[in-house]
Amino acid sequence: MPQGILVDYEWCSGCHTCEMACAVELTHKDFPEGHCGVKVHEEGVYPIGGDKWTDINMPVFTDLCDKCADRLAAGEALPSCVKHCQAHVLEFGELEELSKKLAAKPKQVLYAL
Amino acid sequence: MTEFHDVSHERKAGEKIGRPDKYEYVEHDKPWRYQEGEYTVTRGSAWSGPGCHLGCGVLLYTDKDGKLVKVEGDPDNPFNKGRLCVRCLDLMESAYNKDRIVHPMKRDPKDRGKDAWTQITWDEAYDLIAEKFLAYKKEFGAQSVCFFKGTGRDIAPWISHLAWSFGSPNVVFALSGCACFVPRIASSMCTSGSFWVGDYSQQFTKRYDDPRWKVPECIVLWGNNPIVANSDGLYGHWVVDCMKRGSKIISVDPKMTWLGTKAEIFLPLRPGTDAALALGILHVMIDEEIYDKDFVDRWCYGFDQLKEACEPYTPEKTAEICWVDADKIIAAARMIANADGMIMQWGVATDMSKEAVPSCQALSAIFEITGNVDVPGGMIAPPSILPYYAGWGGENLSDEQKEKRLGIHKYPLYRYGFKNASTDVTIECLETGKDENGNDYPLKAAWMQTTNPLINSSPDTRRTYNALMKFEFIVSVDLYMTPTVQALADVFLPACTYAERNGIRIGDGVQRGETINKAIQVGEAKSDMVINLEIGKRICPEYYPWDTEEEMFSHILEGMDMTFEQLRDAAPTYLDFEYKKYEKGLLRHDGQIGFETATGRIELWSTYFNQIGVECVPSFDEPSPGPVADPDLYKEYPIVLTTGARNWSLFHSEHRQVPRLRALRPDPIIQMNPKTAHKYGVDQGDWVWVENQRGRAKRRVELTEALDPRYASTDHGWWLPEAEGYKDGGFSGMYDYNINQLLAYDPGRTGFGSNYKTVLCRVYKCEEGDHNTLENALGCSEGEE
Ligand code: SF4
Ligand code: SF4
Ligand code: SF4
Repeated sequence: MPQGILVDYEWCSGCHTCEMACAVELTHKDFPEGHCGVKVHEEGVYPIGGDKWTDINMPVFTDLCDKCADRLAAGEALPSCVKHCQAHVLEFGELEELSKKLAAKPKQVLYAL
Repeated sequence: MTEFHDVSHERKAGEKIGRPDKYEYVEHDKPWRYQEGEYTVTRGSAWSGPGCHLGCGVLLYTDKDGKLVKVEGDPDNPFNKGRLCVRCLDLMESAYNKDRIVHPMKRDPKDRGKDAWTQITWDEAYDLIAEKFLAYKKEFGAQSVCFFKGTGRDIAPWISHLAWSFGSPNVVFALSGCACFVPRIASSMCTSGSFWVGDYSQQFTKRYDDPRWKVPECIVLWGNNPIVANSDGLYGHWVVDCMKRGSKIISVDPKMTWLGTKAEIFLPLRPGTDAALALGILHVMIDEEIYDKDFVDRWCYGFDQLKEACEPYTPEKTAEICWVDADKIIAAARMIANADGMIMQWGVATDMSKEAVPSCQALSAIFEITGNVDVPGGMIAPPSILPYYAGWGGENLSDEQKEKRLGIHKYPLYRYGFKNASTDVTIECLETGKDENGNDYPLKAAWMQTTNPLINSSPDTRRTYNALMKFEFIVSVDLYMTPTVQALADVFLPACTYAERNGIRIGDGVQRGETINKAIQVGEAKSDMVINLEIGKRICPEYYPWDTEEEMFSHILEGMDMTFEQLRDAAPTYLDFEYKKYEKGLLRHDGQIGFETATGRIELWSTYFNQIGVECVPSFDEPSPGPVADPDLYKEYPIVLTTGARNWSLFHSEHRQVPRLRALRPDPIIQMNPKTAHKYGVDQGDWVWVENQRGRAKRRVELTEALDPRYASTDHGWWLPEAEGYKDGGFSGMYDYNINQLLAYDPGRTGFGSNYKTVLCRVYKCEEGDHNTLENALGCSEGEE
């Protein structure tokens, strides 16, 4: 079954926890220093007319993301980034299930990994 | 190191031992230490250092060699529910850092500022310290030894116990005006008898699912960016949890933050005008009669005097003072008044203005006259398991010694439940040799424990340095070689990280009972508590009867009817919680209904302040230095600067030597609007001097529209561990990067509060090779000025 991560980016605070959680995961010891399976991109803060402002953060999954396969095989319930995400905006699962949740609210992105 | 593999304390799942009925417990499937494949896992609280004040629930993974290899969040701990921030995830890099000093050292006081250390044993260090401290005590009195502490992590109760047991009343928190947390506590305790924290369901083990809890309709983020700051017992992302559940935000902040972009109302006030804005909001509520009249009638005292104090602060006048729109002030007042459950999420910014006490009083009045007091989704009086955290062993200090505490004669408010000496009076005393009454008062020695005043907490770095140099003998207890240690210490004692020690975590905010559990040992480092116990046994043995730290913890935990080992098995433990305690006689010592004040009511006009000669109602003072109070200075220094902006990875002056954390914040930043930057000829990424009449510091420019062109915002706590150290090398960047060089010792009328977050400055490009020195605050060569 193809798997993925659903991101509710409306609430991604840009805290970088997902990056660190991926980098320090024991099954990721062979990752090149300074890189890991996810990188948070920051759009920055600016006004968009009237009293409205925007500040979007977006975790982007890189080619290093192995969906924490070894970690999950060892018995952990969740990928490290998903478990530690401070805003609880990452959900790991089967694509088919996750894709059903996409319509529930705006500002979501589904990564097929 | 393999001794930590002992898993003999294992409790079978579900087995209940030593669990008093008065607490609620969280069930874990596994004991506090268990084996997971090739790793041993130790569960406990991450109560710092390194890291912040919160003490998130963690799982420490050690390998077969006893080495810490990974930290994970504890998913069963209701506090953080498995989440962690970058700092605890990266603990390995802090614990095993090459810059850590893990053995005791001494240096001849003549060699202060030089790399001239000799490694010594713990016994040699203790002997030397005991000999000096006891000699000073004999000749000059115990008050001649000051005990300095840093940010409020697991240190305050231990250091005050040591100081008081030794006989010194001088516990020093090296901030001018104790301008962190203390002003908020002072104003709250004196006017309502309690401290008040936002209700994010943190007192319930089921958290958001507890049926007694209600989602706050409105959260006012006032001088606090909680998701980054994680301060005062609030796990910042709880605010996000509540927003997902429907909470609406008002952001009171000079800067547009990520949370601010999602707010209904943004009030970008001029730094230091918090009191005026609060009075303006109160004015609208009172004028439109939208406050909670019933609550005010029944439970508040002095409403008419408050009304009079707010009278001048019409929306128009307030708008003019605070540089915000009048209609937004009105809208904010209405939104707060109409909310069913409002949290005043006040931050350290409210403490860091000079007249912080009357300012915090104004902020309190907002949640008080709207009846958001001890109600679901409002402000709650946090349940307290044990009072030890506010200091234990006060009875060890004689009344005669208590009267010698520096500052209490000048600032009577320091007597009211506050145990610190006035830092400002202490600095003056070091300079003049006299106390506030003009009597001779020799200060001879200092014990500085996990504090870095020259970089982080103290203003006016040069003045601080010169004053502290007057101590004849200084001991520093720390994890790293900091600029404070380089400059001042004669003896260095290595403290350890939370992974290397046992401890108890019953701290600030809503108290929960947890333990900190040792998983590793690094070098000869010892915990702060063990160090205090061992030195205590030499300088005041009658007050340190315990053989081990666990015995000492169990002594404190007697009040909880548990031993250290029992709490370790059962943690986390929670107290039962009730709302509206004032209706049930649960807030007053005499069991009467109401609040623990002289009138039994929340005192909008304070009888206690009246008694000690302090103004009784909230008030506003123009921040000085500021554009309105000092127009001439403003011409020369045309930007209003606020310091101390928090970032994700670096806590205060910590973490600069931790690679992954430093990578997230490589340089000290000044944020400013592109218009401002271009006006003064600087651009994104430029190195600039941020300067005022007191000094200057280097910063890197980050352009952002988040700030009004009249403001700039910058980090604090900066030094460069990688730069050349000691006096000849500029103390690892201390004089180049410490922004506190622009600040002054200048406390408020009560002795509390100081202007850390509101000064004036100008910026200009920094030339390559341009440095500050100790002698020359502005870096100009002689005669050039
Ligand atoms: S799923 Fe695992 S490998 Fe992928 S980004 Fe998250 S932590 Fe990294
Ligand atoms: S951990 Fe979660 S909230 Fe933080 S940056 Fe990553 S996705 Fe966003
Ligand atoms: S907020 Fe971060 S630094 Fe503070 S205890 Fe939690 S994980 Fe550690």
